[in-house]
Amino acid sequence: MSKFDKKRGKSAPKVSTASLPDIVFMLLFFFMVVTVLRDTELKVSVNTPFATELTKLENKSLVNFLYIGQPSAEYWDLYGKNPRLQLGDKFSSVADIPIFLEKHKVKVPEGQRDAITSSLKVDGKVTMGIVQDIKTQLRKSGQVKVNYSAKRREQ
Amino acid sequence: MAKTSTRDRISNEINAGSMADIAFLLLIFFLVTTTIDEDEGILVRLPPWSEDEPDIQRLKERNVFSVLVNASNQLLVRGEPTNVFDLRNRAKEFILNPQRREDLSESPGRAIVSLKNDRGTSYETYLSVYNELQAAYNELRFEQAMKKYGKAYDDLTGNERADIRAMIPMILSEAEPTAFGEE
Repeated sequence: MSKFDKKRGKSAPKVSTASLPDIVFMLLFFFMVVTVLRDTELKVSVNTPFATELTKLENKSLVNFLYIGQPSAEYWDLYGKNPRLQLGDKFSSVADIPIFLEKHKVKVPEGQRDAITSSLKVDGKVTMGIVQDIKTQLRKSGQVKVNYSAKRREQ
Repeated sequence: MAKTSTRDRISNEINAGSMADIAFLLLIFFLVTTTIDEDEGILVRLPPWSEDEPDIQRLKERNVFSVLVNASNQLLVRGEPTNVFDLRNRAKEFILNPQRREDLSESPGRAIVSLKNDRGTSYETYLSVYNELQAAYNELRFEQAMKKYGKAYDDLTGNERADIRAMIPMILSEAEPTAFGEE
């Protein structure tokens, strides 16, 4: 009575995993294209304020970054809790700014040096004293294009 | 005579199982070492440094819009305590002076906004004040571009933008901060 024989249970068709690497490669390419290799480790905590009148920084190679904020917890013993300046990846003082700017400038081709912008990433709670000193030093070094980094807020 | 069987043929299928592993490894590497860097901010042009004191010209008081911020993050605009939310509209009214009032600027070309902080002012307040002033200029330029060219300021050509900028120049002077508050 083969008509009533239970058909051998069809095994569920195997899911082909051949496309799994493809999916992963797609994700990989997305990350490769969209992200930037982090080149500095933030030693100060920076929480930039919100603003509406923002311009995007186009060419990253023409931007140098100055970070100002309270040192992160592991540096409190060495550097205290007062807001400090970080240039590149080490703590610096205002007097180190000209050398820092020069080091960045030499990496930029001559014709583009006028377009160099300094991005100031300052924590919202920092008081204007140190920021003013830094701005004065930037002016003295001829660096007038400055970008106050901020997060976008809707009107 | 042994028949050549299919087993003698070397199977030339690559086992694709490890491809996924390689891909995952690379993906994790990129996830860990990179950041989605969205970098934007308020773009300003600092005044060039000069050793001499700035020339305190005899400016007519009506042409100066003074904004003072103290260490408690309070604003004093032209002598009156003001909220940061009202700053934008007051600045726009001052610069454009549509009603030709005697106490506001003579023309947008002569309007000067002067900003003075204290060393104890918080950066957040400073930036929100600067943002409002920049927004006032941007909105005025947008409205002017609409009136003159019928397009938004951002859609204008370089020369047209320069024209609008000449009509409404951004003259914002920042004075040396006072040192009354705690740094």
